Parts: sequence; structure tokens; C-alpha cells
Amino acid sequence: MINNTFVDFEASRKLFVKRVVISGIFVLILLSLIMVRYYDLQVTRHEDFVTQSDNNRVHVRPVSPTRGLIYDRNGKLLADNRSTYNLTIVRERSKDLDKLLADLGSLIDISENDVSEFKKRLNRRKPFANTALKFDLTEQDRSILAVNSFRLEGAEVSAHLTRHYPTEAMFAHAVGYVGRINEQEMSIIDPVKYSGTDSIGRIGIEKEYENYLLGQVGSEHVETNARGRVMRLMSKKDPQPGQNLTLHLDSNLQQVAYDALENYRSALVAIDVKSGGILAMVSTPSYNPNAFVSGIGKKHYASLINSADRPLFNRALRGQYPPGSTIKPMLGLIALNEEIVTAEHTISDSGYFYLDGVSRPWRDHNAKKGGHGADVNLARAIVESCDVYFYTMSTEMDIDLLSSNSKLFGFGGKTNIDIPGEQIGIMPDRHWKKNELGEAWFDGDTVNASIGQGFMLATPLQLAVMTARLASNGRIVTPRLVKAINGVGIEPNNENSNLTDIDTFHWDYIHKAMQDVIHSPQGTANKISAGLNYRMAGKTGTAQVVSIDADVEYDKTKIQERQWDHALFIAFAPADDPEIAVALIVENGGHGSVIAAPIVRLVIDEFMKTSTNENLVLR
Amino acid sequence: MHEGDFVRRIQSLGDRSDEKNLLELDYFLIAILLSLCAIGVLIIYSATGQDTFFVKRQLLFIAVGFGLMCIMAHLSPRVWDRWAPFLYVVGIVSLGMVLAFGVEANGARRWLNFGFTRLQPSELMKVVVPLMISSYISRNSIPPTFKTILVSIMLILLPVLLVINQPDLGTALLIFISGLIVLFLSGIGRSYLISGFILALAAIPSLWLFVMRDYQKQRVLTMFNPEQDKLGAGWNIIQSTTAIGSGGWYGKGWMNGTQSQLNFLPESHTDFIIAVLAEEFGLVGVMVLNCLYLILVGHCISISMKSESMFGRLLAASIGFTFFVFVLVNLAMVSGVLPVVGAPLPFISYGGTAIVTLFAGFGILMSLSNESKTNRSSN
Repeated sequence: MINNTFVDFEASRKLFVKRVVISGIFVLILLSLIMVRYYDLQVTRHEDFVTQSDNNRVHVRPVSPTRGLIYDRNGKLLADNRSTYNLTIVRERSKDLDKLLADLGSLIDISENDVSEFKKRLNRRKPFANTALKFDLTEQDRSILAVNSFRLEGAEVSAHLTRHYPTEAMFAHAVGYVGRINEQEMSIIDPVKYSGTDSIGRIGIEKEYENYLLGQVGSEHVETNARGRVMRLMSKKDPQPGQNLTLHLDSNLQQVAYDALENYRSALVAIDVKSGGILAMVSTPSYNPNAFVSGIGKKHYASLINSADRPLFNRALRGQYPPGSTIKPMLGLIALNEEIVTAEHTISDSGYFYLDGVSRPWRDHNAKKGGHGADVNLARAIVESCDVYFYTMSTEMDIDLLSSNSKLFGFGGKTNIDIPGEQIGIMPDRHWKKNELGEAWFDGDTVNASIGQGFMLATPLQLAVMTARLASNGRIVTPRLVKAINGVGIEPNNENSNLTDIDTFHWDYIHKAMQDVIHSPQGTANKISAGLNYRMAGKTGTAQVVSIDADVEYDKTKIQERQWDHALFIAFAPADDPEIAVALIVENGGHGSVIAAPIVRLVIDEFMKTSTNENLVLR
Repeated sequence: MHEGDFVRRIQSLGDRSDEKNLLELDYFLIAILLSLCAIGVLIIYSATGQDTFFVKRQLLFIAVGFGLMCIMAHLSPRVWDRWAPFLYVVGIVSLGMVLAFGVEANGARRWLNFGFTRLQPSELMKVVVPLMISSYISRNSIPPTFKTILVSIMLILLPVLLVINQPDLGTALLIFISGLIVLFLSGIGRSYLISGFILALAAIPSLWLFVMRDYQKQRVLTMFNPEQDKLGAGWNIIQSTTAIGSGGWYGKGWMNGTQSQLNFLPESHTDFIIAVLAEEFGLVGVMVLNCLYLILVGHCISISMKSESMFGRLLAASIGFTFFVFVLVNLAMVSGVLPVVGAPLPFISYGGTAIVTLFAGFGILMSLSNESKTNRSSN
């Protein structure tokens, strides 16, 4: 029995070994087959798979949000987005970049500038990102590229939404423009927010409201094929479009102003007295903002930047001019309120003003030989713009008092308008002169300041703000361009306070004088009253560009055009319940009443026309 | 009475550690296993995008598995022989528990949640089934009789059916194969082999029609033509073959595999990890890995040959071959030769239960190895 078991044991052991060997061989054969498969994949077909692995990838691509649109108050589009086609290159997909560029250059027009800009962009892009070579392809370019696409590996025509300004130069200084994000901007922006966007607001509304207009970037997971073309969209997170802006600007007013001023160097600001909304903002000459959107050519840019007329310069916001006689109503008001003069107080004007201890006299610029004569009171001094009245008054008025009161009307400080870059002008006082010039204040400086000359400088925007504050009996409103964001109105930033406790009859007195500037036959702007079916109040101004000796008559014909006086005019209407205030300066335009006043009337006429229509509709 | 049996009985009466040095382990085996684990950790680190979370967990699993292996190595093979039915019952009960209240993930119930950890009983069965069948057959006559074969097949099919219901066809097939390997090695008659083969062929249509679910059929069809369903079921295979193929002879370098680094490969740290290895270390890397596996299997067979008992011989060889079948199935699946089934690459893929189970299997093997050494020295 034991023996038998032992034999069985030996036999089963032999059988077991046999089975182990069979299993071993079987397993080795299977392993060999699998290794053949791996050899096939990794060695024989290696090249194919390398290509596939390089190309066949899943990418997360940002999806650009649509930039918010900008409308004027009537719903007219001032900035929209248009489909354009760009030629882009993925560096990693082109085997020979220089050859590809040469091939492309032989097919369509590609400038050296395009290539050098492309190479700059190439250095700061992410791997496998599309890099733009040429923007805004014509239809012809696109069809040429489509036909030749088989031999242009790595190049691609892609559709983009590009900012477009249908009104071109007209609103350029208010709306501003977007430009391609440059290296400097790249370092400050949030790369995630801008991952789908290659442009950014540079100036104007586009810059100030960038965060509203931009929108939120979306994303999509896509599978691309060997040529980098999207084969499949795997998932998508939709972008949030930017918010639409509605401006206070009224294209009708803007158009009238722009058409009238196009050929001057000038700036006009019209403001809604009640809300502070900017109804028109023109600075001429202007430029076409569309040129900046896809990157402006060097030559074009040089022509703009080197032009003596400085079209890129926003005169409304940044031009600083002596305000001239336009500040006379404000100064009169301050003097009345501070009881420096009374309404009844008169002077006699011989055409010259002498200050004690100064040998040289101050001339009255607005008087014919012999001056304004006797019995000039404050009202006449405003209506006829009598300088000697204000010279005389200035001897009684301390400059610090004059300055601090003028600042309440917006001089010497920011208006806080909602676009960047405004200048603050100069509202001089003792402290300012000591600091800036290291000199003591002289009485003669006050005399100059009393007619808005000397050290005093103001921007057209500041003049418009002053005019609005004069018109509204001193209500403080902050000038605003944006009226509503995505249809939701912005509350006017109204500090809801009056400047000072100025008696109503002082306001009425000044308003009456300003109306007489236009409506009285003696008024300096009486010429524009013809056919006026509403009451307007205003004030002319003429700012000296070069000082002319008091004994020499100013004669346009004898000096260069660039040294001609600046023409100014401020006005508000309707006089009994003011709605609009306008300030205009025409560089080297001569006397304010000749060029400036008629253009302001055109603008206010246009406003009154629509305003009356609106009233009719309301009834 | 056979002398070897007598010695074994003496040994099994007392605690082995009393007479044996605790440090006496199969260090060659340990070196191979730890080399594999080290490769696995490196690849997991790369495949998870340098995320240390998975690496840390995998190291923990390895430590637990390694500890378990050392403990099991010091138990007598007799203990395993005796405990096999008990372990089998525990395995079947836990599979039943999975079906009743297991944790569901990706449409399948495969895990039991113990709060601090999750356990995948189907993985355990990959070791328990060969253990049970080896134990059962070696208790009966060798070569097995018809009755023994029939009972063995039923013992194999019970867990297989439970796992199919999870559903996890891949693991079920691996468990089935692990049992069949024991039967084959035990020397069942050629007539049984042939009839079994015919039966299996005949079962395929009914398996296709009644057992397999749509997505499983889809995977099988996809294997034959991955391009047809490029973005659905074919996706994994196209991506894994691309990863493997782009690796070439020497690979793209550690952590430089674009397919895996760009999150392109699904399951890159678990079932498809060989694709990451092949992409980053090339065909050379795959061959080095396979050499380690072959050495391991060779070592199992050498232990088997030295083993005095039928149970030890059967179990050692079947653990070795089962292990290698797991490797082959994974390599074939990832390279698109077999349909995509849930089959991790032993010691390389991330996964706690799989690692611990593998170490447990090799713990039993080491106890067999110790036994044969002890026998020789005592002889």
C-alpha cells in the first residue's frame, strides 16, 4: 500500500512537471506574441505614433467673451464687434517657419512690419498657441490661402470678433479705443481673465470701463488633429459677454459740433446741467480709432504723433487754456457774494487801467479806443466784457479768496469725469506761486487773473462744469459719460449740495447779465441772437496766446496764425430753467464772438430741437 | 508514514518562530518584489502629474502588504492548507456582501466600505481561489477524479458568478483562469481538457447573449476596430497605443510622456499604467519589467519544484502562473490585443487591495519556500 502510494506520488510528480513545462511554454509564447505587438507599436510604427502623439491632443482653449457694446443715449452704436479673419501660425506645427513665412509672403501681401511684430508675439506665446501674423484678411487673401492650405502646414485662417467704431473719428476722444495687449500691459493684467482676449481698452471709455466691457472668458476642451484643426468639442463653458454701456452722449449734438469744428483745433463739451451727463465731447482734429484696434502701422502712427495739429491730443480733457473773459460772470458772482462790489457800483473806463506803482497800464481788450466810458456797472462789465471793471475790482479782492471761491466752480482740480487723463489746469494763489515759481504774489498777478489770464489755466471740461454750476445756481454735479450699464442707470454722482450760500438775487443778476451778452444789442455775442426762439445765457472769451504790449493794437494780420488769440464761448439754455451748458474753445480762433459763439448756438439749437420734441412727446 | 509528513506535523504543532529565525526570509524574492514596487511608485508619480497623494497612499499599501507578507511567510503551509476552506467561505460571504451593500462607483458595485478603507473582495479571490482549489485537490487523489474536478469547477464558478454580477467581467475571468490553472497543473486527464475546451467554445455564444452587458460587448467589438468608435469606447485604446508607440526604443524620459502628462490617457495610474511606462521608458523599459516578471515566475516554479507536498507544489506554481497571466492580460489589454477589462498590472498599478492581495499571495509562496528550505536542512 505504502509502495503503491509512493509510485502514485512519483507518477503524479512527473505529470505535474510535464504540466508546468507545458504551461511555461504556453505562457512564454503568449508573452512573445505580446512583445511582438509592443515591438510593432514601439519600433515598426514608432514614427506614426510620434506624429499622432504630437498632434492628437486635447487642448483647453479659452473662448473669448464678446466685448460689451457702447451706445449713445439714443441707442446708436458707437462701438461694436465685427467678424474679421486673421492669419495665424502655430509654431510647433510648421516644420520650417522661415519657409512657411516665405511661402505665405509669395501668396499674399505680408509686410516686414507684420513679420517683425509676429516674431515679437511668438516670443511671448504659450506652446501650441495660435500666433497672429496678419490681421483683417481680405476676402481675396482668404480664398488664396484656402486654395493653398495643403502646403501651408501650421498656418491657419481664424475668425475673430474685432472692435469696430462705426462713427470713426467723431467719438474717438470720448469713447477711446482698444489696442493689442502689449508687453507692459501683459505684466499687470490677470492672465486668466485675458486668456481669450488679445486686446484691452487703451483710452477713454474703453479704458475706464474695461472691467465692465471685457466679460468673462469661457473655455472649451477640444481634440485637435494632426494639422491642429479642431476635430471635436468635448466640453464647453460659455463665456459671459461684457456689459453694454449707454452713454449720455447724443450723437446728434456730437455730429453738429464735430461737423462745425472738424477743420479747427478746438474742443467742445456740452453737459446736462441736471445730471452732469456729458452730452457732447468733441476734440478736433480727431483720428480714426479703428486704426489702433489691430495695431497701427508705424508710418500711420508717426504721421499722427508728429502732426502739428496733434490729433491724438484730447483737448477737451487735457488742453489747458487761459479761460479769458469766460470767468467774468463767476468772478462777478463771487464779488457780489463777498460784498466787494454791489450791483449799483459803477466805474468809468478810459480803456486803460493803472495799478499803483506799476508804470505800464493794463489795456481793455474789448473796448474801442476810449474805453467803455462812464457808468459801467457789473452787468455792463459782463455784457460788454469790460476788462477795466474787473481790473479795478481785483484790487479789492484778495487772490486767495478769489482762488478758493473759483475752485468751488471746478477750477484747479479734477472734475472726476469717468474717463482717464484729465488735466487740472491752474487756479493760482499765493501758495501756488511760492511753490511753483518761488516768487511772491504781486497785485498785478491778481489783475491778470481777474480776466482769466496770467497764470490761470483751465480745460474745456472745467469750463463746461463751471458753466453748468453757474446755470444751476451752484448745484454740484460730477460730469459723467456713462449713463447706464447693461440698461441699469447709474445714479448721477450728485453731491446734492450747493456751492455756497449765495443769495438768489445774486444768481438772478448774473444770469440776466449773461442773457444780455446774447440778447442785448450791446452784448458781445448779440450777433447769434438772430432767430433765437428761446433764451440763452452766455459769455464770450478771448485768450491771449502771446502777450501784446498794452500800447500796441492787436492785429490779426500782423502775427502768425498759431499766435492768434483763442476764441472761447460758454453758454447755457434755456435761461429760465437751464438744461444744457456748453463750453467751446477754438485755438487761434480770434475773438470768441466771431467763431465760437455761433457754433455753440448750433449745438444748443440742436439740443433744444430734440428737447422740445421730447417735451411734445411727453404731453 | 512518509518522513516529510511526520516532520511537517511536528512543525505545525508549535509556533514556527520558536524554532526558526524570524529574519529568515526569501530575500531574493523580496528584492524582486520591492524593485517592481519602486518602478510602480515612480510611474504613478509621473502619471498623476507629480501628485504626491497617490504616491503616499501607494507607499502605505506597499508597507501594509509587505508587513502582511512577512507575517504570512512565517506560518506553516499546513496552516494555509487547513485555513483554505475558511478563507474561501469568508471570500464568498464578502462577495455576497458587496452585492448586497457594496459601494457603487462607475456603475459597478465592487467595494466594501469599512470607513477607514475600502476593500475589493474580488481582488482577494484571485489568491483565495487558487489556494482553495490547490488545497481541495491535494486532499484528494492525484490526478483528480471526475468528482473532484466537478467540485473544483463548482468552487471556481461560485465566486466567478458573484463577480460577474457586480459586474466585473475582467476580474471574474481572471479568477476563473486562476482556478483552471490549478486544475491543469494537477494533471487532469487529456479527455477532460478537450471536452472542457469544447464546452468553453460552446459557452461563448450564450455568454455573449445572456451574460455580457452592452458596454462589455462594445469593448470587445471596439478591440477589433478601435477607429470605429474613436471618441467613445475606442478612445482608451487609441490613446494607449499612441502612448506606447510614441515611446519608441528608449522612451521620452521620466515625466516627459506627453500623452500621460496632458491627461490624455485615462486611468493612467491604474489599469493603463504600462502605457505611461512604455511612453516614458520605451520598449527597453517594457522588456526590463517583463524580465523582472519572468524572474519572479521562474522563482515561483523553482519553489514549486522544491516543495515536498502536492499542495505546496500546486499552489506555488499556480500562484506564479496566475500572476503571470495577470501581467499578460494587462499588457495585451493596454496594447489593444484584448478588450478593455478591469485588470491592473501587478505591483505597478495604483490600488490598495490589489497590492495587499499580491503581497499576501507571495507571503504564502514564501511560507512554501521556507518550508522547502527547512525540510532540506532538517533532512
